[in-house]
Amino acid sequence: MASDRIFGLVALFAALAYIASATQIQTSFLADPVGPKAFPILIGSVAALCALVMIVRPDPDPEWPARRTFIALFVAVVVLVAYAYSLKPFGFIIPTAITAAVLSYQISSRVVAAALSGAGLSVGLFLLFKYALGLGLVPLPHMSEPPAAVAPAEIGAED
Amino acid sequence: MDTLANLALGFSIALSPYTLMLAVIGCFLGTIIGALPGLGPSNGVAILIPLTFSLGLDATSALVLMTAVYYGAMYGGRISSILLNIPGDEPALMTTLDGYPMARQGRAGDALVLSGVASFVGAFLATIGLMLLAPLLARVAYFFGPAEYFALYLLAFCTLGGMASNNQAKAAMASCLGLAIAMVGVDNNSGMPRLTGGNMHLMDGIDFLVAIVGLFAIAEVFFFIESHGKDSSIGIKLDRVTIPWKDIGKSKWTMLRSSVVGFFAGVLPGAGASLGSFLAYMSEKSIAGPKGGFGTGVPQGIAAPEAGNNSAAGGALVPMLTLGVPGSGTTAVLLALLMTLNITPGPTLFTDRPEVVWGLIASLLIANFVLLLMNVPMVKIFVKVLTVPAWVLLPGVTMISFVGIYSLSGSYFDLLLMVAFGVLGYVLRKLDIPTVPVILGILLGGHMEDALRRAMVISDGDIFYLLSSPISIGLWIAAVAGFVAPMFLRGLLKKPQRITD
Repeated sequence: MASDRIFGLVALFAALAYIASATQIQTSFLADPVGPKAFPILIGSVAALCALVMIVRPDPDPEWPARRTFIALFVAVVVLVAYAYSLKPFGFIIPTAITAAVLSYQISSRVVAAALSGAGLSVGLFLLFKYALGLGLVPLPHMSEPPAAVAPAEIGAED
Repeated sequence: MDTLANLALGFSIALSPYTLMLAVIGCFLGTIIGALPGLGPSNGVAILIPLTFSLGLDATSALVLMTAVYYGAMYGGRISSILLNIPGDEPALMTTLDGYPMARQGRAGDALVLSGVASFVGAFLATIGLMLLAPLLARVAYFFGPAEYFALYLLAFCTLGGMASNNQAKAAMASCLGLAIAMVGVDNNSGMPRLTGGNMHLMDGIDFLVAIVGLFAIAEVFFFIESHGKDSSIGIKLDRVTIPWKDIGKSKWTMLRSSVVGFFAGVLPGAGASLGSFLAYMSEKSIAGPKGGFGTGVPQGIAAPEAGNNSAAGGALVPMLTLGVPGSGTTAVLLALLMTLNITPGPTLFTDRPEVVWGLIASLLIANFVLLLMNVPMVKIFVKVLTVPAWVLLPGVTMISFVGIYSLSGSYFDLLLMVAFGVLGYVLRKLDIPTVPVILGILLGGHMEDALRRAMVISDGDIFYLLSSPISIGLWIAAVAGFVAPMFLRGLLKKPQRITD
C-alpha cells in the first residue's frame, strides 16, 4: 500500500513540475494550431491523473529486499556511476576489471571468484571488442596526456 | 505471383554467403540469449544494437542479424523454462507449466525436442503469414493520414497497457513517462528546445537505446544482486536426446491451432508474444478438457505455448513493418533498430526498399531451418550455456552494455543516463509498473505528437478531425475497448503463477 502511495505522490509532483515547465516552453513565430506546449501538458495531465489513481487505489506492497541488499544495490549504483566517469580518463581495462569484480561480488559473495571474473571479463571483452568486432577502445590511460589536464577543460566546455 | 517474385528477390539477397553467415551467427547468439535466465529477447537485442551499429553493417545485414537473434531468442527461451523452471523470457512462462513437470519425469530431452519442433512450426507458419498479410496491410496503410496514425498509436498504448499489465493506471503512467521523455529536446516544428532544463546534453533528446539498455539490461543486474543469483542452478540432468515421434504426432493439431491463435495475437498492436503463448495454452487446455492432464507434463501442453509464442513473434513483425507500430516489447526494440538505421517502417518501406523487407522475410525462413537444426540435434550445446554462473554473466552483460552505449556517442553523460534508467527500471518493476510502455512511449512519442499536430494543421485546429474517417473511428473504439475491457476480464484472463515445488 505505502509503496504505491509514495510512488504516486512522487509521480504527481513530477507530473505537475513537468506541466509547469511545459508552460514555459518558448513558442516561435512558426506557429501551428497545437504548438509545442499542448502535447506535453496533455501527457503531464494524464500522468497526474494516473498518479492520483495510484494514491487512491494502491496495490499491495511488493517484497522489498532487506537492508543489507539495499546497501549492496547502492554500492552497485555508485560503482556504475564511477565507472561511467572513469572510462574515458583511465582506459578500458582497469575500470572494467574493478567494476566487474565488484558487481560479481555483489551477486555471489566470494572474493576469489569475483576477482577472477573481473579480470577475465575485462581482458576477454577487450580482446573481443578490439579484435573480433573492431571497436576502437583505449586499453590503458594515455601517458602522454595526463587525464587530469584533459578532464576539467572538457567538463568546462560541455557545461 | 507478386509474392513469389518478391520472394525470389529476397532469397537472392538472403542466400549470399555473407548474409547467410550473419543469419547463422544471429540464430546462435539468439538461442544463447534466450536460454540464459534473465537475458530475454528484449535485453539481448537491445544490448546488441549499439554493437551492430558500430560494426558498420548496412541496413539489410543489420536487420537480418538482429531478427535472427530475435527468432533465436524465442526458441532459446524454452530451454531454461524446461530445465530450470525459470522462463528465459516472459513469453516462455507458459512453457514452464508443462515443460518442467515433463523434465522432472526424466523426459527432459523429449520436452526439448518437442518444444523445438513446435517452435519451428509456429515460427514457420507465422513467417508465411507475415509474407501474405504484410503486403495487404501495407496497402491498407496507404489510407492512413495523420488522424489515423494518431489513433493507431493510441491503440498501441491502450492494448499494451490493457493486456500486458495488471493495473490500468500503472500502465498508463508508464506510457506517459515514456511520452514525456520523448518530448525532451529540440521541438521539430518550431526548432526551440523543450524541457531540457538548460542542459546541453539533453538538447538532442534522450537516445532511446540508452533508455532501452538501461531499463532492460542494467535493471536486470540489480534484480540479480537482490536475489544473489540463487535461482540459477541446474537441477535436471539431460542424458540423451531422441526424437519423440509419438508425442510430435499426438500434438500436431495442437501446434497448427496454436500457431494460428499466436499469429493473430501477435498482429494486434501492443499485445505480443506473451499474449500469444497464453491464449494458445488456454485454448488448448479448454479443448483438451479436464481429462487432458494439462499442467502435469503432457506433450500438448508444451507444444501449444511454444508454437503460440514463436508464431506471435512472427505476427508481431506485421504491424511493425507495415505501420511502424510494434506488437511487443522486443519488436519495439527492433523498431529502435530500424530507426537507428534510418529506415522508416510503413507502407512505403514495401515499395521503396523491397530488398530490405523481402531480404528480411527470406532470411527469416532460412533462419527457421537453421534454428530447427540447432535446437534439435545440437540442443546439448545450449544446455551447457545454462551452467554459466550468474556472477560471471551479469557483470559481463553490464560491461557489454556500457561499451555499446559508449561507442554510440563516446559521452559519459549517456552512461550516467543509462544507470539512472537502470535504477528507474528496478523501481518500476518492483512496483509492478510495466516497462515496455515506457520504451514504446520514447520510441513513438515524437511521431504521435507529429501526427496530432499535422492533423490539426490540416483541419485548422478542429479537434473532431481526429474522428473524421471510419478507420480512425474504428481505431478509437478498439483503443478504448482494449484499455477498458481487460478491467472486466481480469478474473478470466488472470495470468497463472509459476508453479513452485
